[in-house]
Amino acid sequence: MSEQRMSAQRPYIRSTDGWWRDNPYYVRYMLREFSSLLVYAYGLVLLVGLVRLSQGEAAYDQWLEALRNPWALAFHGVMLLVLLYHTWSWFEIMPKTLPAIRLGGKRLSDGAINVIGLAAALVCCAALYGVALWLAR
Amino acid sequence: MARTLKRSNAPIFWLLFGAGGLIAALIGPMLVYLSGIGGPLGIGVPEGMMSYPRMLAFSQHWAGKLFLFVVTTLILWHAALRIYHTLHDLGFHTGKVLTSSLYGLTLIFTLIAAYALLSVSF
Amino acid sequence: MDKRVESENLVETIEIEVLRYRPEQDIGPITQRFSVPYSNTMSVLEALQQIKDEQDPTLSFRWSCRMAICGSCGMMINGVPKLACRTFLHEYYPARISVAPLKHFPIERDLVIAAAQYIRKLESIKPYIVPREPRSLEQGEYLQSPAQVERYKQFSTCINCMLCYAACPQFGLDSKFLGPGVLSLAPRYNADSRDGARDERMAMMHTDEGVWGCTAVGYCSEVCPKDVDPANAVNQNKMTSALDYFLRFVMPGRTT
Repeated sequence: MSEQRMSAQRPYIRSTDGWWRDNPYYVRYMLREFSSLLVYAYGLVLLVGLVRLSQGEAAYDQWLEALRNPWALAFHGVMLLVLLYHTWSWFEIMPKTLPAIRLGGKRLSDGAINVIGLAAALVCCAALYGVALWLAR
Repeated sequence: MARTLKRSNAPIFWLLFGAGGLIAALIGPMLVYLSGIGGPLGIGVPEGMMSYPRMLAFSQHWAGKLFLFVVTTLILWHAALRIYHTLHDLGFHTGKVLTSSLYGLTLIFTLIAAYALLSVSF
Repeated sequence: MDKRVESENLVETIEIEVLRYRPEQDIGPITQRFSVPYSNTMSVLEALQQIKDEQDPTLSFRWSCRMAICGSCGMMINGVPKLACRTFLHEYYPARISVAPLKHFPIERDLVIAAAQYIRKLESIKPYIVPREPRSLEQGEYLQSPAQVERYKQFSTCINCMLCYAACPQFGLDSKFLGPGVLSLAPRYNADSRDGARDERMAMMHTDEGVWGCTAVGYCSEVCPKDVDPANAVNQNKMTSALDYFLRFVMPGRTT
């Protein structure tokens, strides 16, 4: 296949600026990816908590008191929604990352993997709650 | 045809991303509730669950240390990789400076977490 | 091409807005509207053919089989990558339909895009059986069980239509990315029991232009007309590539 014959006089290259704005599928993807900024922020809140803990009772109690601030509570309210969305979107994309799993001759469907993943999350969250209760008894 | 066959180092970060993402997906919502709403306000949790004596005892146990370290650092690494890709998707030039700043910062935070947990003693 | 006439000599029409580009006369792409007689069995391809036959013979577009197997007629229809022969006017009528060349590719002329880079990428992953061991005619044909065929069958249905490339934002942002189509055809051969070139293909996939350029957007699988599920093909191979990355030191002689 000759490059000369196939090439155009002046091929026109279109810009990709704002590529994600017009298509709902892309918008959902960007929301999923944007949530990472908030997740990083939550990780930092946990990190600060660990540091305060290592600095003694007074420092830790200050951090705990700061968490009771309305802004902090609002942030965590948003984080709760973000992480619920993360759980949902994680198991939504998970079927694409797995090789075909066959049970009794039939391939496990994408929908089945979604459901299993969400069920596992429910179980793990309940388990975490249970462990927290048991440790603090 | 000259095509670069340079093996990517992405697997390292991808496995960190995957582990952090899976942990966040499995326990994230409950973790946020406990650490940021229920815990500080004492709603739906035992009295003083997040008090200093209780948290200190938890972090002094090796299992508590492991849990706190793994959860905190993997959440940061997961988010770091996603931030990197988001910036790239938005058209930022994701060159060496950006990459090393982002991952370098996250590495520093990882070390801080380890240091904090170790200095709480056993 | 016979005009389909509705009752009482009234010809229903539909508007097609085409992105045109003639390098010898246009500085950049412009849109042009055509009015095409409508019938509820017409495809977008047939509408374009009507325009070329009866209205403007300079309209350029690729097509061949008219039945979604050759992969030639991929274009953006109302902003979504589709095969023109398999997209029907009745899905949009009476609204106007916009037709543009496949996104993320350079435009050569009108709806024709430059596909040479795609062909080169395809060639680079050796899209053919490289026999695992030499075989003579006397040995007869290869035998494959249904289970062996299952391992690669899904990926073998690719018709090289490039809709997934128009869907993939990572390819749009960096055209060096091998892309969903090529990265699905590599496993088609790697998973074939007759083939022995897995190591060479994996070397291409271990790179940043290989599987590691993918961020799991997933839109490629949404638009694929043959249900190849390229998102699955590429992301499965991330695990394969990651395992190989770490195990290559532990098990020398594995893929490099």
